[in-house]
Amino acid sequence: MPRKQHRIWRIKWNCTWRSRKKLLPWILLAPSLLGVGIFTLIPFADVFRRSFQKAVGTGFVGLENYRTVLDNQAFRLAAGNTGRFLLICLPLLLGLSLFFALLLGKLGRKGNFLKSGFLLPMAVPAASVVLFWQLFFDREGILNHTLKNFHVQGPDYMNSSAAFGVLVAVYIWKNLGYDMILWLSGLLGIPESLYEAARIDGAGEFQCFWYITRPLLIQTAFLAGTLSLVNAFKVFREAWMIAGNYPHDSIYMLQNLFNNWFLKLDMQKMTAGAVMLAGVLGIFLILCQKAEERWKQ
Amino acid sequence: MSKKKMIWIFLAAAAFAFLFPILLLLANSLMGQEELTASYGGILYGSKGDLEWKLFPMYPTLRAYIRLLLDSPDFFVMFWNSVKQVFPVLLGQLLFGIPAAWALGRYSFRGRRLLLYLYMILMILPFQVTMVSSYGVLSFFHVLDTHWAVILPGVFSALPVFLMTKFFQGIPDSLLEAAKVDGAGEAGTFFYVGFPLGLPGIISSLILNFLEYWNAIEPPMTFLKTKSKFPVSLYLSSITLNDVGTSFAASVLIMAPSLFLFAWGQSYLEQGIIASGLKE
Repeated sequence: MPRKQHRIWRIKWNCTWRSRKKLLPWILLAPSLLGVGIFTLIPFADVFRRSFQKAVGTGFVGLENYRTVLDNQAFRLAAGNTGRFLLICLPLLLGLSLFFALLLGKLGRKGNFLKSGFLLPMAVPAASVVLFWQLFFDREGILNHTLKNFHVQGPDYMNSSAAFGVLVAVYIWKNLGYDMILWLSGLLGIPESLYEAARIDGAGEFQCFWYITRPLLIQTAFLAGTLSLVNAFKVFREAWMIAGNYPHDSIYMLQNLFNNWFLKLDMQKMTAGAVMLAGVLGIFLILCQKAEERWKQ
Repeated sequence: MSKKKMIWIFLAAAAFAFLFPILLLLANSLMGQEELTASYGGILYGSKGDLEWKLFPMYPTLRAYIRLLLDSPDFFVMFWNSVKQVFPVLLGQLLFGIPAAWALGRYSFRGRRLLLYLYMILMILPFQVTMVSSYGVLSFFHVLDTHWAVILPGVFSALPVFLMTKFFQGIPDSLLEAAKVDGAGEAGTFFYVGFPLGLPGIISSLILNFLEYWNAIEPPMTFLKTKSKFPVSLYLSSITLNDVGTSFAASVLIMAPSLFLFAWGQSYLEQGIIASGLKE
């Protein structure tokens, strides 16, 4: 009898142990998930709910808030500018960083220290470099002063539509190295033997790029594109530092708008705006994913 | 051969152009007051006279640093605020992030892929999307306008979890199995094999997040009101620019920790950048 008892205990112990093993990952994840839930997911669900409600009380107003936002003049300006910024900057950054990565790849290991020069800007806080941008892009600043030597009169950058160009330049400066690292790691994944075989068959430099490098880098391209999109929203730090809450119209971005809505405590517009921005980004990322999957086949 | 030389020259020139802003800040921070007024007076004070900028000071001096460190208590306070905000964030990220990343990277269980997607999406969302919701929850906990308002959302950001998951995934199975065969339990396997082999991932997550939070602009600007709680990243925008010398010195001191970290851990930083893009 005691022996049987013993066996039952043992089986029970084994069962709990096994289920404990199954539970283990969840136990490890619990603190992080709890935090993410409390600080991100639940509040966002609440924002989603509130985006369909009146400012005061809990009256359901349907899509009213969304309509207000979409009709808003400032919103149209900001959304247009942000869209334009992304459309110009992402291809430009991806192209330039690929170009530099390809050149750097040609130099081999000896070129490694040059890589640091391109990567260092990503470590520089916006707060530090803002002084430089102000001195550089001032109407009487370093850039225009240099241009004068070539008898070119540059514009008043921050107070004209040239401000957009300034923002593009700052974004490229900050992110070129970051993207270059991504491209270089993608390039490392292409076996050298492919190029050797192609060269034996008489392929030139450009043909090697077009038929070997380009198709094999597609995945890296999607990835670098996604991360560059994330970083594009962070250019606001520099933009806000240089130009403040009300910059020239050409660089009035969604980030400025959200910030100003926040200062005015315009919660209705903010909730609807946040939901829309999340939605647009979500759809964009899903489309990217789909496009990438199709490309692979 | 000459083609390679041309690439060298071109890339070196481009790299110099990228470094130029940093060099100018470093060099000009050593300029004296008169030299700076002579150089930038036209821009900063609207005084007459053309811009005569130069990279290297004629009479290098540390005056600006001394003025900044001795005569501007604000700077000290804000620098210390940054320390008080960034290090708890990093510590919290390790405390909550490592177990979560270990679970996502080394165990297969139901819902794992879904959770990975969740962290990935959270990583991608810009601050502006979560700004209102964070404000709501922080005011619910009555921590607005305290250091916690910047720390708490940072602790639960998704990037460290995602990043460390990728590194833990990269540890060869055979090593972990060997540890288990030798009698190490779940915890033992992690501490003797997982942790040391995943250390590069942990370090690169620390570096990337230090750079990110040392440079934090939007969260403190949104969730803090009292100037005495601002981090140093808001220093230059919260003072009036009447003394360009100390501004240069402040710029250099603000970026000094990031530059040192970069110099020490560039390879970890690169690994981190690559891993943040890795797909399964």
